[in-house]
Amino acid sequence: MRALCWYGKEDVRVERVSDPKILNPHDAIVRITTTAICGSDLHLYGGFVPAMEEGDILGHEFMGEVVEVGSEVKNLKKGDRVVVPFTIACGRCFFCEHKLWSACDNTNPNAYETELETGYPGPGLFGYSHANGGYAGGQAEYARVPFADVGPLKIPDGIPDEKVIFLSDIFPTGYQAAENCNITAGDTVAVWGCGPVGQFAIRSAFLLGAERVIAIDDVPERLEMARQSGAHTITGNGHTFEDVKEATGGMGPDACIDAVGLEAHGSTLDAKLDKAKMSVKLATDRANVLREAIHCCRKGGTVSVPGVYMSAVDKFPFGMAFAKGVNIRMGQTQVQNYMRPLLKHIEDGDIDPSFVITHRLNLNDAPEGYRTFREKHDKCIKVVLNP
Amino acid sequence: MKTRLVEKNYSRVRAVASQPSLKSGEGSKIEKSLTINRSPEEIYSFWRQLENWPRFMQHIQSVNQTGDGISHWVMKTSHDRTFEWDARIIEDKPGQMISWQSLEGADVDNAGSVWFTPATGGRGTVMKVVMKYSPPGGKLGSVVAKLMGDSPEKQLAQDLFRMKSLLETGEIPTIEGQPRGGKQ
Repeated sequence: MRALCWYGKEDVRVERVSDPKILNPHDAIVRITTTAICGSDLHLYGGFVPAMEEGDILGHEFMGEVVEVGSEVKNLKKGDRVVVPFTIACGRCFFCEHKLWSACDNTNPNAYETELETGYPGPGLFGYSHANGGYAGGQAEYARVPFADVGPLKIPDGIPDEKVIFLSDIFPTGYQAAENCNITAGDTVAVWGCGPVGQFAIRSAFLLGAERVIAIDDVPERLEMARQSGAHTITGNGHTFEDVKEATGGMGPDACIDAVGLEAHGSTLDAKLDKAKMSVKLATDRANVLREAIHCCRKGGTVSVPGVYMSAVDKFPFGMAFAKGVNIRMGQTQVQNYMRPLLKHIEDGDIDPSFVITHRLNLNDAPEGYRTFREKHDKCIKVVLNP
Repeated sequence: MKTRLVEKNYSRVRAVASQPSLKSGEGSKIEKSLTINRSPEEIYSFWRQLENWPRFMQHIQSVNQTGDGISHWVMKTSHDRTFEWDARIIEDKPGQMISWQSLEGADVDNAGSVWFTPATGGRGTVMKVVMKYSPPGGKLGSVVAKLMGDSPEKQLAQDLFRMKSLLETGEIPTIEGQPRGGKQ
């Protein structure tokens, strides 16, 4: 089959590789019909993620048709159409039983490595480094899906791929970010980063009852898309705190969402220091958005972080967060909790997630898709790939 | 962490063994606790069937119980070196604990205990493993050191994670045999 393989910083190639096989009794093989490049794939592309190996197949947003199931998969059959969540979960451990799917104990062959990193074993993820299990991803013609009896969501015929593909990650990720804000009527939610996750966070905040959403970015077309979702927009320009405070009548947003993560750009002094440290491999994340979100958040408000962080953050304004009694929520998305309810929203016509798609490419052109997405060329916001 | 409790339990192991191949005060000790979402009885039964150990212990190739609590162990390293020994179950409390000790003449002297205690809140079982093995030196010297790995703690942790996955899900997570670029 063809697959998008990682070879190093800004070096991804479409190659012919062997087809995946069933390796365990709860596996299924899916013939991929639509896949996508995630913003978090750009962290891999940029070389920010350790434990990558040459030849690793990327991709964790994918859907397709079941072509084979292992002996213990009873709820799926050949021909079923499924969306696959990016977090691999066994469904049987303490964490899965408590709906903390992305904390699953049993899906990472390299669990010991994550135990060293974080104190406890972490889960397996598709196409996201050997620290997360080294599973071959879905930017390919076929993928092996472990614990296929737990994760994949069956999709009824008649709903096009583009409406449901994002149930694999970014729609649930944006939704969880908004849900973590504990939105009540009248709330204002500020969202940093109007990439795909930010766009879904904006839509989700409205779905969950926010009265107002403030979207912050410096890319005109992304701000335009946010406006189309009903957000008030602020162009990030070095005075974001003042602008957000002013826009909220001096009170501050009830909740702030950092939908940017460890690669935050920015021209503030702290952003430049972060970048300098990262460039000499001092292993700190660039966190100026996180700092700004904490600064902007109203007293007793919530900072919700769907953006990915990987290592230590310098100058985390902990005292500021403490003084204001800010709640901070974060973590990998519990995708499996949201797939069904969000599919219902799609079926009911509350949202058509395909609004974020700006580029449709063949899998063969995936390397070009990475470049375009990374550089935000051609007003790129979201790339989907068809094998 | 070496708690007093463990030291105490461990000395009991040594006291019971008839012909221990590890003398008192010898060997390196490793230990690990894991909470497993299964009952103590289930996990005990799985461990007591010593033939199950090679399913999750990467370097153990086979275990055969030969009777009278004695078993024969074969270990194979990644360099295809084989080591063998006999071991005796020296304490066996169904649903609670198992202790073993290798016997004289073992290629790799080792001993250990595993305890199964109900976890709080109905979370299954806390399983605690304490193992002791001969330090590098003697006739096998560096080979044993290499065989046990630079970090026996890592080996034990990985083996126990595999065992937990096997008991909780019926399979052990793997990517061996999956496609990748550049190696076709």
